[in-house]
Amino acid sequence: MAPAAAPSSGRQQVSRRPRSRHHAQARIGYLFSSGYALLLLAFGVGPMVYALYLAFTKAGKFVGFANFEKVFGDFRYLPAVQHVAAFLAIWLVSLMVLVVLLALIVHAVRARWLSSSTRFLFYIPGALAGSASVMLWLFLLDPSVSPVSVVLRQFGFENFIQTVALDHLPVIFTVIAFWTGAGGWIIIMYGALNNISIEVMEAARIDGAGSVKTALYIQIPLLRKWIAYMAVISLAAGTQLFVEPKILSLASRGVVPKDYSPNQLAYIFAFGPQADFNGSAAISMILLVVAMALAAFFVFRGGLFERG
Amino acid sequence: MLAIATIALFSLFFVIPLAWLLLAPTKTATQLNALQGEQPLSFGSFGTLAENWNTLAAFQHGIIWTWLGNSVLYSAAALLITLIVTIPAGYALALTNFKLRRVLLVATLLVMLIPNTALALPIFLEINAVHLVGTPLAVILPFSFFPFGVYLTYIYFSTSISHDLLDAARVDGASEFKVFRRIALPLAKPVIALVGFFSFVTNWNNYFLPFVMVPGKKAPIQVGLAELISNVPLFNPTTVSSITISLPQLALATVISITPVLIVFLFSQRFLVAGLTAGATKE
Repeated sequence: MAPAAAPSSGRQQVSRRPRSRHHAQARIGYLFSSGYALLLLAFGVGPMVYALYLAFTKAGKFVGFANFEKVFGDFRYLPAVQHVAAFLAIWLVSLMVLVVLLALIVHAVRARWLSSSTRFLFYIPGALAGSASVMLWLFLLDPSVSPVSVVLRQFGFENFIQTVALDHLPVIFTVIAFWTGAGGWIIIMYGALNNISIEVMEAARIDGAGSVKTALYIQIPLLRKWIAYMAVISLAAGTQLFVEPKILSLASRGVVPKDYSPNQLAYIFAFGPQADFNGSAAISMILLVVAMALAAFFVFRGGLFERG
Repeated sequence: MLAIATIALFSLFFVIPLAWLLLAPTKTATQLNALQGEQPLSFGSFGTLAENWNTLAAFQHGIIWTWLGNSVLYSAAALLITLIVTIPAGYALALTNFKLRRVLLVATLLVMLIPNTALALPIFLEINAVHLVGTPLAVILPFSFFPFGVYLTYIYFSTSISHDLLDAARVDGASEFKVFRRIALPLAKPVIALVGFFSFVTNWNNYFLPFVMVPGKKAPIQVGLAELISNVPLFNPTTVSSITISLPQLALATVISITPVLIVFLFSQRFLVAGLTAGATKE
C-alpha cells in the first residue's frame, strides 16, 4: 500500500495480472469461435476457394480467363445481368426509403397495442419467404383469381401472361421481396430506434425540433449502421435472384425465361446439357466480385466495423 | 393523420394476400375464379376444404407429408447446431480479444455477402466428394453455417453489453466462462430468439441448396411445392399426370408448407415485436 515500499514488485503485479487475463480472454475467444470457424471453413471459405479454382481451370488445367470469356460471350449473359441490375436498383431504393419511413412512423405511434400489432402484421409475410411467397404471388398476379384483380385491370392486365411480361418483372420481384422481407427489417429498425436514449429525444423536443427534424438529424443518422447493414444483406439477397424467376418461369410456360437471372444461367451451365461446372463457377465469381465491391462501399459508409 | 393512413395502407398490403391465401383452400376452382361474382375474401365451405385436403393428401401416396417431415428434420437439426456455435462465436467476436478476431469478423461479413446460390454449387461438389449427396447431412450441415446470425449476435453483444461490466465481473474473480454464462447469456435472450428465428425461417424457406442436394422424396416442402406446379393443368397444359392439382389444392399445399413457421410466429409474437429492444431497455 505504501508507495515507498517495494515499488518494483507493485509494478510487476500490475503488469502480470492483466496479461494472464488477456490470455484467458484469448483462450475463450478461440474456444467460443472454433465451432463456427470450422463451419466457416467447410461451407464458406472452402467452397469459395473451390469455385475460384473451377473458374480458372478446365478439366483440372489452368486456362486463365477462358471460362469468363465464354460466359461473357454467351448471348444470355448480358440480358440476365441487366434484368438483375434493374431489379436491384428499384428494390434497394424502395426498401431503404420505405422501411425507414415505416419504422419511424410505427415508432412514433403512441398507442402500444397499435404499434405492436402493426409490427406483427408487417412481419407475418416473412413466414412465406422462398417458394411459398412466389406461389402466393402466382395467384395474386393472375387477374382471373386475384383478390386485387381490380388493380391489375387498372394497369390493363387481363391475364397472368400479360402481368408477368418481361418489362414488369423488376417491379414484380420488388413487390414480392418487399412483401416478404420488409417487416423483419422494420422490426429491427424499430428496435434500433428504441435504443436511442430518451434524453437525446427529449433534448431535441425541448430545442423545438418537430418529428421530421428529429428523424432527419437524430434518428436516421443513428440508424446509419442498421441501414447500411440492411442494404448489404439485401444486396446479397438481390444478386442471387433465383427462386422467383424460376417459379414464374415454370408457371408462365416460358414467358419468363429460364435464364432470366445470372444465377439461373449458372444453374443451366452446371446442370444443363453442357454440365459446365467451370462456366458456372465463373458466373458465381462475377456475382461475388460485384456484390463485394458494392458491399465494401456500404461497410465503409455505414461504419459497420465500428464497435458500439 | 397521414401517419395512420400510411400504416393502414401498408397493413392492407401485407395482410390481404395472406388472408386470401388462407381462404382459398375452402373454395372450389370455380369459386376461386369468381365466375359467379364471389367476393375474393369470402369463405367457401368446410366440405370443400375437406375435399381439397383429401385430394392433396392422396397425391402420390401422401408425398406432401414426406416433404413436410424432411423440412422439419433439416430445419430443426440445423437450428440446434446454429445456436450452439453462433451465440458463443458472436460473443467472442464482440467482447473478447484474440489475434484472429478481426480475420474472423471480416471473413464472416464477406461470406455473409456471398449469394447463397453462388456457394450452393461448390458446396454440392464438396459434399459430393465425401459421398454425402442425398443424405440429410448434405442439407443440415450447410444450413448450420449461419454467418448472418454470428454478425447479428456480434452487433447485439457489442452494442448492449459494455466491456466495463465484464471487467467488473473479472475483477471480482469470475472466470471467462463464468462471465459469459452469468452475464452475457442471460442478457442474450432476445438475440438468441432472433438468431433462432432467422435461422429456422431462412432454412425452412431455402430452395436452391436442397433443390440440388436432396431431390425427389428427400426434398423439403419448399422444393416439393414448386414440383406441384407441373401438375397444375392451368400452368402446364401438357401435364401427363392423370391426377392433377387444382388451384385451391395448390393454395392448400402452400398453406401447409408455411404452417409451422406461422405457428412459431404466433407463439413468439410478443418476443418478436419487442425484438432487439428487450435487452436494451434493461440497461
